[in-house]
Amino acid sequence: MTQPNSQPALDRSDSRVRHDEDLLGAIRGFIDRVRSGDLGMLPVIVGLVLIATVFWSLNPVFLAPNNLANLLFDAAAVGCISLGIVCVLILGEIDLSVGSMSGLASAILGVIWVKIGLPVPLAILVALAAGAFMGLVYATLLNRFGMPSFVSTLAGLLAMLGLQLYLLGSTGSINLPYASVMVRFGQIYVMPAWFSYLLAIAPGALMLWLGIDRMRRRAAVNLSNPGGMSVLLAKSGILTVLLLVAVHYLNQGRGIPWMFGLFVALVVGMNYALTRTKWGRAMFAVGGNREAARRSGIDVHRIRISAFMLCSTLAALGGMLAASRLASSSQQAGTGDVNLNAIAAAVIGGTSLFGGRGSAWSALLGVIVIQAISNGLTLLNLSSSLRYMITGAVLAVAVIVDSLARQSRASHGRA
Amino acid sequence: MAESQSSAQPILKLRGVSKQFGAVQALEDIELDVYPGEVVALVGDNGAGKSTLVKVLAGVHQPSSGMIEFMGKPVSMDSPGKAIELGIATVFQDLALCENLDVVANLFLGQELSPWALDEVQMEVQAWTLLRELSARIPSVREPIASLSGGQRQTVAIARSLLTNPRIIMLDEPTAALGVAQTAEVLNLIERVRDRDLGVILISHNMEDVRAVADRIVVLRLGRNNGVFTAADSNSDLIAAITGATENAVSRRQARKLEPAGDLT
Repeated sequence: MTQPNSQPALDRSDSRVRHDEDLLGAIRGFIDRVRSGDLGMLPVIVGLVLIATVFWSLNPVFLAPNNLANLLFDAAAVGCISLGIVCVLILGEIDLSVGSMSGLASAILGVIWVKIGLPVPLAILVALAAGAFMGLVYATLLNRFGMPSFVSTLAGLLAMLGLQLYLLGSTGSINLPYASVMVRFGQIYVMPAWFSYLLAIAPGALMLWLGIDRMRRRAAVNLSNPGGMSVLLAKSGILTVLLLVAVHYLNQGRGIPWMFGLFVALVVGMNYALTRTKWGRAMFAVGGNREAARRSGIDVHRIRISAFMLCSTLAALGGMLAASRLASSSQQAGTGDVNLNAIAAAVIGGTSLFGGRGSAWSALLGVIVIQAISNGLTLLNLSSSLRYMITGAVLAVAVIVDSLARQSRASHGRA
Repeated sequence: MAESQSSAQPILKLRGVSKQFGAVQALEDIELDVYPGEVVALVGDNGAGKSTLVKVLAGVHQPSSGMIEFMGKPVSMDSPGKAIELGIATVFQDLALCENLDVVANLFLGQELSPWALDEVQMEVQAWTLLRELSARIPSVREPIASLSGGQRQTVAIARSLLTNPRIIMLDEPTAALGVAQTAEVLNLIERVRDRDLGVILISHNMEDVRAVADRIVVLRLGRNNGVFTAADSNSDLIAAITGATENAVSRRQARKLEPAGDLT
């Protein structure tokens, strides 16, 4: 072999590794990953297409712009709760009390705002603080006494349900004023069309800009750029087109709810925190191998506290969003399938129940799947008994897919 | 070599360190000195207290009594983070890697560059540079640890311990799971680390490896010091110190082997 005229990139000196360079290579790499059990978002996309086809053929209203806007309104509340669940699942823990927490938060909101008559921001703050406090309690029980989160949150579920009933008293429910900003935010406010188009373009543009910046910096230090420009352009292009089509379609009806916008903003923020900060790295490390994380100098106790506090606080926020959506704080808030829907959404979106794997996006994607099922079944006028059974089956399937993917990853050496 | 060391200050000095687990006295009155540019081997039978001592020095366990001096100052290491901060890096026997994270994330775990906006590019460059310095053969630093072989994981674990620019590096059974070539590479690695003027504490059951690199061999037996040897000392002395008697399973076995050979001639 002759001497190569330029030095190979720092990360390309091992000849045993196949490097997927261009667009075709990227597709080949994706197929390889899926075959080895690294499913990513594939199950969600397949699921969504399936759900949309089935419900649309049964009742075409399902895909009408206004119904989809309704769906987004409904998705925001459970989505917030699910985002918190993602945090504790990444640690390999669970919070079964998020439903009760959301119900308690809505009760606190109703009592302080309507019954006592104090300003709304204060009521919101108190409810969020209650959430943060409960998270602190769970984390402390786990840190100090080694109490499994499964048990402590089960106890918390019952205790908070009791507190919710106590706060609401004999009347059972408190109506929130229809004319208030809070309720209008949950029922009416949508983004202006021009703003929604701007938001649709932003992710693709951001992806392109950050991608080019990253390629430039990698080239400067002699690292290769997998995929290169073509993959980057293709990805951002497809994303922008999809988002523009979706936004345009939704704008045919009511438009995009601000409440959903708030939820997406939270997801984006959480995604940044989980993937681009030291805290996020520590979260995945603790979920993957707690002892290894501890020996690397990570404060496992503090990471747990942060995750449980985030989870309960987001559950409280979700509860208040649900209350503003329904314009009431009732005894039924947060009961029934709220808990399992939130957990199912996170798992369906691709966050593992076994810890160490997951993403903030799984809350967004998962909750759309869950909400689409619930919305479709409601359109078909099915009773809630049937709805529970079907949602339960979907959760079971999601967990089975997660387990199988995990086994496959283990046998393909991908953890 | 011994003369130059006595004049220099030890990096690490242990005096009377003891550790109890309930009724069990795992370590009793341990003394240990580690000088810069020196490989100290810690040997002993199963249950001699080697791993306990490593965990004490790594801040995983806290000693029940005794004094630890680092760079001439008494220190207490109440958490693994504290030990790393001081400059004591440890490669544990079970490697303590996160299988779900990639090589770069594992190398920098707990020491990430720019905590609020991780500098992935810079971390990857440093990872490649470090791995290349150790002439490590890692196919890709962006694959999860789960896809690496035992030897590659060992290399990653050693590289990680060097990342924080420690004064002392402790290796707990670094060659136990390795093949012939990888073992030689790890031993080379240890010598390269020593030549950087770091102190190295090597725990191993493999006398061959210990003799190949160690400047001093410290024997532990049932949680106590049981003599200090050099590579020049005879194997039977060393084994006698480890097992606690000249009459032991190893010597009996050797005698048995010699007898029939003697009969034949």
